[in-house]
Amino acid sequence: MQAAGEVLTVKRAGAYRHLTLVAPGVAERFRPGAVVALRIGGARSDRLLRRTFAIYRARPTGAYGGTVEVLFAVDGPGTDWLAKASPGTAVDVVGPLGRPYALPKEPVACTLVGEGHRSASLFGLAERLRERGCGVHMVLGAPTESMLFGVLDARRAAKTVVVATEDGSVGIQGRVSDVLPDLLARTGTDVVYASGSSDMLHAVAQAAELQGAWSQTAVDVPMPCGTGVCLSCVLPVVGEDGVTRMARACTEGPVFRGDRVRWGDLESVPPDTWGAGSGAAR
Amino acid sequence: MSDVDLTTSVAGLVLPNPVMTASGCAGIGKELDQFFDVTELGAVVTRSVTLDPRAGWSGPRMVETPSGMLSGTGLQNPGLQGFLATELPWLAQRQARAIVSVAGNTLGEYAELARRVGDSPGVSAVEVNLSCPNADFGDREVACDPYLTGKVLSVVRRDVPRGIPVLAKLSADAPSIVDVAAAAVKAGADGLVMLNTLAATVLDPETLRPALGCGTGGLSGPAVHPVAVRCVWEVHQAMPDVPIVGVGGVRTGFDALQLLAAGASAVQVGSAIFSDPSAPLRVVGELRAELARRDLPTIADVIGRAHHPEGDLS
Repeated sequence: MQAAGEVLTVKRAGAYRHLTLVAPGVAERFRPGAVVALRIGGARSDRLLRRTFAIYRARPTGAYGGTVEVLFAVDGPGTDWLAKASPGTAVDVVGPLGRPYALPKEPVACTLVGEGHRSASLFGLAERLRERGCGVHMVLGAPTESMLFGVLDARRAAKTVVVATEDGSVGIQGRVSDVLPDLLARTGTDVVYASGSSDMLHAVAQAAELQGAWSQTAVDVPMPCGTGVCLSCVLPVVGEDGVTRMARACTEGPVFRGDRVRWGDLESVPPDTWGAGSGAAR
Repeated sequence: MSDVDLTTSVAGLVLPNPVMTASGCAGIGKELDQFFDVTELGAVVTRSVTLDPRAGWSGPRMVETPSGMLSGTGLQNPGLQGFLATELPWLAQRQARAIVSVAGNTLGEYAELARRVGDSPGVSAVEVNLSCPNADFGDREVACDPYLTGKVLSVVRRDVPRGIPVLAKLSADAPSIVDVAAAAVKAGADGLVMLNTLAATVLDPETLRPALGCGTGGLSGPAVHPVAVRCVWEVHQAMPDVPIVGVGGVRTGFDALQLLAAGASAVQVGSAIFSDPSAPLRVVGELRAELARRDLPTIADVIGRAHHPEGDLS
């Protein structure tokens, strides 16, 4: 749905920004893994492409009506505008969009792996998994301590929390992929959920496969429209029929089965993709 | 305001209002139906369908530009068979007025697309995407050349049943859009759609290489709107009886009004949908208000008005 939202607060959260939006109707439909697509610069903005963010928290009711919260890094003019938006700034919100994390029917052991601010989508998921009786373990990673997000949330949400930083400033020195094989085996993990860069998701999907676990990976790629019409957030994904298609992250994703994504071919259209190699036009 | 009648007609196709979606910006319409009732639009123009499925270009496929965007998707689509089996029936079942955009690599492909799309139930008109390299003619881009445009249009018109209008989508990249328009009409086009995106390139600030995966893409958005108004103006001036659908950077009712006043009988809303999925229906409402404010009771009072010396539109 499309909602006339407004900024409630923008706060610093380590190296990131934590944005809370009043967005009536969006929170009610939220499921973990879904994203919101935000218009940048107001109604008559000359910036025409939306910016999408995974939802961190959604509260259907509250003093201000339904709110949704997202985490982001300031990495360009769109996020710069959001970071500087004062409370009350109008922000058009489309969402929740996309395919959320698939939840297990049985109370199985789950490991949730997050990198930097992209761990945000995992905390609502942890809650849903615990409600189903699943054992929840979490791994959070980042280059350095200030770029971690949600360590306190994780301690509340998970039985086991492992933190890894590349510079060793806190937790284990290394990347999440370094600690994962051992943790998956030790916890007897059945399902791995991950949100991070594609390199990290690739490593998680491989580790899950070695362990014999399912993986649910949430990709974070630019989604210019968020609604499935612009065909610009596509990646090669293998379907049930074994055929690779260019799938839209905003519509068929952002959560994909980790063993279905052609992680090594994200920069290209693999030659065996359905419809590859025919003529071109704009 | 309720007295304004937005009914228009394009090459015999009567529409309740002049606002359509632009090809490639609204999927097959279904994606937008969660935001508004697509049957309330004048028409839904599908993304281009090709004979064979297309995976499209590798990314990046879209970059933001000042007041616009540059895109190169490579016409990703499931191919004619997939389109007819799984996409067109939705539009037909919803009873939306469907205009199907077709794109071919060869004259033979255009002919087959014309025949099979034209024979399918629920197709109100066929729009011919001409911004494609044609393998029959040394991979030259059809829309830049009056001769090639005429060739393609004669093939498509021959194979689409009478009664279903054929609309030629033209490009401002042509040296003279009036010459291409004349060739399209002479070859049987019932109407013209102006403009397709403008060929353009943006470099990546880090690599200093083209930012799009396909190198050169198509520029769209408000940045190109004045170019569309100019082209509609010129072609309407040269051929006042030829129906024109204006497209390029429309995001407000006034943008639509400008194209109509320049000579278009209908307009399409394209990339504005990316920033506002409700844009097409919003433009219908805003256009109604623009007419009411000027005491113009019908669309016919607007079409080509900018060419009237006595026009008073304050």
